[in-house]
Amino acid sequence: MYVAVKGGERAIENAHAWLAEERRGDPSVAELSVAQIREQLALAVNRVMAEGSLYDPDLAALAIKQARGDLIEAIFLIRAYRTTLPRLGTSVPVDTGAMACDRRISATFKDAPGGQVLGPTFDYTHRLLDFMLAAEGKMTPAPQAEPRDEPMPRITGFLNRDGLIEEEAPSDETPPDLTREPLEFPANRALRLQALTRGDEGFVLGMAYSTQRGYGRNHPFVGELRVGTVSVEMEIPELGFAVAIGEIALTECETVNQFKGSKTEPAQFTRGYGLAFGHSERKAISMALVDRALRWEELGEDNAGVPAQDAEFVLSHADNIQASGFLEHIKLPHYVDFQSELELVRRIRAGAAADPVRGAAE
Amino acid sequence: MGLLARAPAMALAELWAGFGAEPGFSWLRPPETGAVMVRGRMGGTGAAFNLGEMTVTRCVLKLDEGGAVGHACVQGRDRDKARRAALIDALMQTGRAEDCRSKVLGPLAARMEEAGRARAARAAATKVEFFTMVRGED
Repeated sequence: MYVAVKGGERAIENAHAWLAEERRGDPSVAELSVAQIREQLALAVNRVMAEGSLYDPDLAALAIKQARGDLIEAIFLIRAYRTTLPRLGTSVPVDTGAMACDRRISATFKDAPGGQVLGPTFDYTHRLLDFMLAAEGKMTPAPQAEPRDEPMPRITGFLNRDGLIEEEAPSDETPPDLTREPLEFPANRALRLQALTRGDEGFVLGMAYSTQRGYGRNHPFVGELRVGTVSVEMEIPELGFAVAIGEIALTECETVNQFKGSKTEPAQFTRGYGLAFGHSERKAISMALVDRALRWEELGEDNAGVPAQDAEFVLSHADNIQASGFLEHIKLPHYVDFQSELELVRRIRAGAAADPVRGAAE
Repeated sequence: MGLLARAPAMALAELWAGFGAEPGFSWLRPPETGAVMVRGRMGGTGAAFNLGEMTVTRCVLKLDEGGAVGHACVQGRDRDKARRAALIDALMQTGRAEDCRSKVLGPLAARMEEAGRARAARAAATKVEFFTMVRGED
């Protein structure tokens, strides 16, 4: 028998009202504006845009405010919002080679053309708490130098020229889109990259780390890491040509991995690729490592049976909205399901008490 | 169009206000906010894949005077920005093009270039200058 139970409306309303109050915190402390979050918690905004899979810094900042800083909740809000937007088109693939770089480093070539540009990085900081920030210390302006107009060619391009690294075959084939079609296996590389770039940063990081620790040996070099802005262009049907429709910040990571060779092919380096919205280095590097691990089959490597080589395992568990949805639903009322289990346990125990020998055998 | 799409809404609003009264127009397609799927390429140069969406607002309008049609497709969800961009697109096809270029588009491009230059200057200051220690072997 299924008994519908109503009630709890008042409790829910009051809970939400209290939530709003708690969100605001102590009213004697100034309220945080969306613009402050966008400008001063930019890396949180970047993460929400990357995993929410929607580039809009104002919306991401609003989501962070509404979610009281719970980034997965904020990502949920962005994912829910994006489903309400009509799809107006698809961009021309962005040209990251033409990126206006804030940062560009290579761990493989010290003297790469274009140089090693550190940009606004946490690297080489001492990770000591800066109490000046708590005291709202004055900011000293960042030094400037003559902007450099020299090109910043891709590092993998140099290796490509000598045939030392596998070639990425350009193609304009329409890639699958997991926001339109549910994820199915086997998933091709385009689909895997889409799932990874919107995947949970912690999960993708953990997977990448596992490959470094030996669960699928694939020790890479960061051939290049670049952070900056690219122009996004789209074909406008009424006009019949592509125009810029905006500018987005991206982080790109290209790894150079150990070579493979065979009797027919000379040894060469292989590649992993990571690309994420915003300044999200940890994410982009992790993505590149996992991308490379998932390519074992096409590169003729052995299946070591490790988690990072298992596309179904990685891609089915990378999405933090799917994961937390399923995980957190178990806290919602399951009174009826539990009632039936309780009945069953009581019946078994009653049977065991009445007939100890049979009960134990069961 | 590309310049207007990327322009900060505030800067455009400010310059547009200085341009004078907004010309009369009618909507052919009122502002609509939606998403564009942004694509990337594997390894930066290879096959395309879907990276994620971005918000854009587009509209089409027609000037009352002369009937020039203006298009806009701008980043973000700001309908006023889309309307201003479409009006400028339409005006650029009229006798006011030169005026529009010198009072709005020119200064807007200059501001954006200056902002880009300021970032590039900071980036340039963080370029590593390697030096090699003299080891005194000869």
